[in-house]
Amino acid sequence: MARAVTNRRKTINTIAAWTIGLLIFFPILWIIVLSFKSEGDAIKTPLQVLGSAWTLESYFVVQERSDYFKHFFNSVTIAVGSTLLGILIAVPAAWSMAFVPSKRTRDILMWMLSTKMLPAVGVLYPIYLLFIRLGLLDTTFGLVIVLMLINLPIIVWMLYTYFREIPGEILEAARMDGANLRAELLYVLTPMAVPGIASTILLNVILAWNEAFWTLNLTAAKAAPLTAFIASYSSPEGLFYAKLSAASVMAIAPILIMGWFSQKQLVRGLTFGAVK
Amino acid sequence: MGQIHLSKVTKSFGDVEVIPPLDLQIDEGEFVVFVGPSGCGKSTLLRLIAGLEDVTGGQVMIDGQDATTMPPAKRGLAMVFQSYALYPHMSVRKNIAFPLRMAGLDKAEQDRRVAQAADVLNLTDYLDRRPGQLSGGQRQRVAIGRAIVREPAAFLFDEPLSNLDAALRVGMRLEISELHKRLATTMIYVTHDQVEAMTMADKIVVLQAGVIEQVGSPLELYRSPRNTFVAGFIGSPKMNLLGGTEAAKHDARTIGIRPEHIAISSESGDWEGVVGVSEHLGSDTFFHVNCPAFAEPLTVRASGEIDLKYGAKVFLTPDPAHLHRFDDKGLRLG
Amino acid sequence: MATQHSRSAARLMMAPAVILLLGWMLIPLTMTLYFSFKKYLPLRGGDLGWVGFDNYVRFVSSSSFWPAVATTLIIVGGVLFITLILGVLLALLLDQPMWGQGVVRILVIAPFFVMPTVSGLVWKNMFMDSNNGFLAHLWRAFGAEPVQWLSQASLPSLIMIISWQWLPFATLILLTAIQSLDSEQLEASEMDGANWLNRFGFIILPHLARAITVVVLIQTIFLLSIFAEIFVTTAGAFGTKTLTYLIYQRVLESQNVGLGSAGGVYAIILANIVAIFLMRIVGKNLDA
Repeated sequence: MARAVTNRRKTINTIAAWTIGLLIFFPILWIIVLSFKSEGDAIKTPLQVLGSAWTLESYFVVQERSDYFKHFFNSVTIAVGSTLLGILIAVPAAWSMAFVPSKRTRDILMWMLSTKMLPAVGVLYPIYLLFIRLGLLDTTFGLVIVLMLINLPIIVWMLYTYFREIPGEILEAARMDGANLRAELLYVLTPMAVPGIASTILLNVILAWNEAFWTLNLTAAKAAPLTAFIASYSSPEGLFYAKLSAASVMAIAPILIMGWFSQKQLVRGLTFGAVK
Repeated sequence: MGQIHLSKVTKSFGDVEVIPPLDLQIDEGEFVVFVGPSGCGKSTLLRLIAGLEDVTGGQVMIDGQDATTMPPAKRGLAMVFQSYALYPHMSVRKNIAFPLRMAGLDKAEQDRRVAQAADVLNLTDYLDRRPGQLSGGQRQRVAIGRAIVREPAAFLFDEPLSNLDAALRVGMRLEISELHKRLATTMIYVTHDQVEAMTMADKIVVLQAGVIEQVGSPLELYRSPRNTFVAGFIGSPKMNLLGGTEAAKHDARTIGIRPEHIAISSESGDWEGVVGVSEHLGSDTFFHVNCPAFAEPLTVRASGEIDLKYGAKVFLTPDPAHLHRFDDKGLRLG
Repeated sequence: MATQHSRSAARLMMAPAVILLLGWMLIPLTMTLYFSFKKYLPLRGGDLGWVGFDNYVRFVSSSSFWPAVATTLIIVGGVLFITLILGVLLALLLDQPMWGQGVVRILVIAPFFVMPTVSGLVWKNMFMDSNNGFLAHLWRAFGAEPVQWLSQASLPSLIMIISWQWLPFATLILLTAIQSLDSEQLEASEMDGANWLNRFGFIILPHLARAITVVVLIQTIFLLSIFAEIFVTTAGAFGTKTLTYLIYQRVLESQNVGLGSAGGVYAIILANIVAIFLMRIVGKNLDA
């Protein structure tokens, strides 16, 4: 039961939490500020920065000079494509494991999890080589496949934990009502699991959007998503704070918004249901 | 339509045999109740008939056809689940129409049958609600509605009333019995509650550990239980089962006498005892009497309101015409 | 519990996922193993034949190996230490009643959603740059000499950047765990005369043990393969070369595939040791 808390204690809590929260958030806040400044102003002292004129200039420059939207769409294609493809493959698998469990189900789930823990760098060259041979290097299609594969265990796991919460009797009822497997999945299971499937999609889009090992190593100019595009600022020429800030803000804004919606699912998805 | 025959049906989960070879004949139009304590295999048996589980051995015949390996959808049976298993994302109308939609009936026919079922079950006003907006009793009726629209060969009920409160349960019990009389379709009903079995069944199948202990009409089971298990399970309050010298006097290992077949008197009788707790129901009074002759207290029913104080000395006399005798294997004698 | 029919359907529906992951695991793994026993220099002669365990020995005996192991351990250990301590404190604070709790939560979680390349570059340039960075301005405002963060204090700087990214993760999971604690337990202990410290030590911390273990294991797995943050900040210079980065350099920069692959096998073994512990915990939860 909730207890009456003195206002004094609540005030102290509030001040402490807000101070820490703002401190943690500050780097993001600061690049938002810088992104609306001119390059000349962006390198001044913080107080001078705040006092200087606001401008949208950097946002236009980033798009003009480096074709921001091309990279943005690469990111969208890769993140959304890999996630949807993963869902398509994972829904039947998760159905099987949740509703027709066998002695091996547990082992298969654990094994899937173990593939997720394979360090990417351990298989970097083979994948690199395969990509060259198959002509997939620097293609969004290649990255869709790779990111689908690295996130597939998480997708299967998340769906599995959501499906397990759906009572098996409802699916049996559908079977008694004359539904075949396709109808059972399409008309009964999927509509009931919509919230779970949506959160799974959300979290995996976030993970794929931010993935920065394969996207850096398997793309060049053509298929580079935002992770790789931003990395090109690591050896810049001239003043670039405002441009980098603008590019960064645009790169993280969509995911930040999605992330805030998926806080709860984040815990479940990233701990494989071990923390609820 | 609606004749089900099980022959030598067995079911094992891994090494555990939950149903040893079992034969059972269910006739057309019968209301059959599977009753037994939890874990006796009654739900498994129902699921074998439904096709939701494979039999390990034996044969399931439905209307003379071998249905042993048929998928549930092909068996022409409808089932009402304990949790009702309504589709939460569909309206009541869509829930009831679902089996018709799966069968590929045209929209007009679907509507007609749904309207008819809703009328029978008093659901017409709720057709556009979601299951989540209904009370327990209404959900139960939707589940039944979903079953009757298909005009199945038989209805299967898996403990359908166990999620309802006591008052509603009595009402639904009547409604289901009423429905059976009206449709005259075979119904198989699983419950652990012997009162439901006694009040609803044409034929009761008493199960224990996957074995059929007795099959018969409610009154047959009441009058002549085949063994001590059935004797103790059927009837409320339970039959008094007594051993020792009193049983030996009747040439039996155990004798049984129902609470309603014992006369109680404060003056004289066969067995002397002391009144323990008494339960006054108004129409009846149940006394728990401790007799020095028996290890367990006896339950005795007296009609109407009789007042005997806790600790009062009483005499009990069993009605010899209603005395049940069992041998050392617990089987009925004579 | 199901029928033969649904079991065979289940196998069929599981097949695509299982086959894909099997291929994804086995094919590259076999290739890595294969290369690790070869002298293989794609730009300098290609496949130069079998060399047995030569690559494994050379990888371990190279002068950069032990420093890389040390760097890896320092980064993983440092980040774990910071995120766990701050994470527990922050989770306890966020669990308290306050105004605007939802907003604070959002502020705290935000860094987790920042892509690694962005956070690396933003910290490197806008904050840690010794001329124009925010911290340099701050230092000067107090009359101090700005620090050359990423060259003079490279490891602490990296640990700070990575901790900033992972603190939200630890906080969020620990907060979830704290909120699942039955408040009656705390009230009962209060009735039993436990003070705040007792309650933390005897009830809250044991309740968090499992969540803490999960955080440690998952973070370890991710931190062992930290890449982008180093790639965009120091590119492995100034003693920030981790095992992952060392392998990356061997494979893609110096194109010594055999040597890099042997390193890859080491990395896989290392990750598997951690993974076994994590899987034990997750597995236990499956039975519940």
